[in-house]
Amino acid sequence: MKELRFAVKNTIPIFFTYLFIGIAFGILMSDAGYSVLLTTASSFFIFAGSMQLVMVPMMTSGATLLSLAVMAFFVNARHIFYGIGFIEKFRRMGWRYPYMILTLTDETYSVLCSVKYDEGLDEDKAAFLIAMLDHFYWVFGCFIGACAGRFFQFDMRGIEFSATAFFLVVVVNQWRQYRTRLPFLTAAVCALGFYLLLGKEYFLIPTLVSCLAALLFLRKPVEQQEGTTDE
Amino acid sequence: MNNTMYPIAVIGVIAVVTWALRAFPFLLFGNRPLPKVIRYLGKALPPAIMTVLVIYCLRDTSFSQSPFGIPELAACALVVILQVARKNMYLSIIAGTVCYMILIRVM
Repeated sequence: MKELRFAVKNTIPIFFTYLFIGIAFGILMSDAGYSVLLTTASSFFIFAGSMQLVMVPMMTSGATLLSLAVMAFFVNARHIFYGIGFIEKFRRMGWRYPYMILTLTDETYSVLCSVKYDEGLDEDKAAFLIAMLDHFYWVFGCFIGACAGRFFQFDMRGIEFSATAFFLVVVVNQWRQYRTRLPFLTAAVCALGFYLLLGKEYFLIPTLVSCLAALLFLRKPVEQQEGTTDE
Repeated sequence: MNNTMYPIAVIGVIAVVTWALRAFPFLLFGNRPLPKVIRYLGKALPPAIMTVLVIYCLRDTSFSQSPFGIPELAACALVVILQVARKNMYLSIIAGTVCYMILIRVM
């Protein structure tokens, strides 16, 4: 099945990232006294790494459901922006449509943004398998961490950089793919500006909102440089 | 709320909030044809979002105290150089991550 092979090939970096972060989450959960079933279920249903890691200490301290909901909103609010580029593609995917939407994580988003489908490949099938594999890696990593966390004694500090490296590779590829530099520059200026202004905890959402506003404002030059003023 | 129900409720609440956020743009536009401006954003936003994500991933880097963000900057530079020169995603990611893991231990 060539779509599966293609999907595996394009998600290998995510496999390592999710496996290690998943194991870290699983260990955290089992240390906090939660069952393997609960850990696996949370990974299956939530499928959002940073929020799950934040959830553990909040849950052990008995935080209210409202405060957890607010936290989830702020930690995951960036996901609002991911769907915008995929509305038409996902709509065409029929019964896979809801699954594609609900599993659109940072990593799946970046794979789908950067993937180059081979000739003769069923694109919808390949995209669906990419989403499914990523989901599976995550649940699998969390499961392993919850079951066998104690046996992972080696020091994996820094492994989380593989996610950063992956995102950076996507940016380099996009830089080559796009003729316009404005989206990159806008993002860098907004991110650094809000980082300096608001600090590392709060800069993400204002940055994304201001990028969206700035790119709306820059529509003319971006489309001119890109040479694709709506066919 | 008793002890077995609480974690299940927590997971349910977080899952629903996360799903709602992911579904928001899809729910907003339903099955209507997309306005041109949204199609434009669909093309122009991804490079901006990815650039922001890279910076977001590096947010815990401290430039004011030792090792002054050198592991992060060096590993990122290595990833960019390798990806530009060799265009091999696996090589770039593995070399960058190994470089980072070594530097944070020795510096």
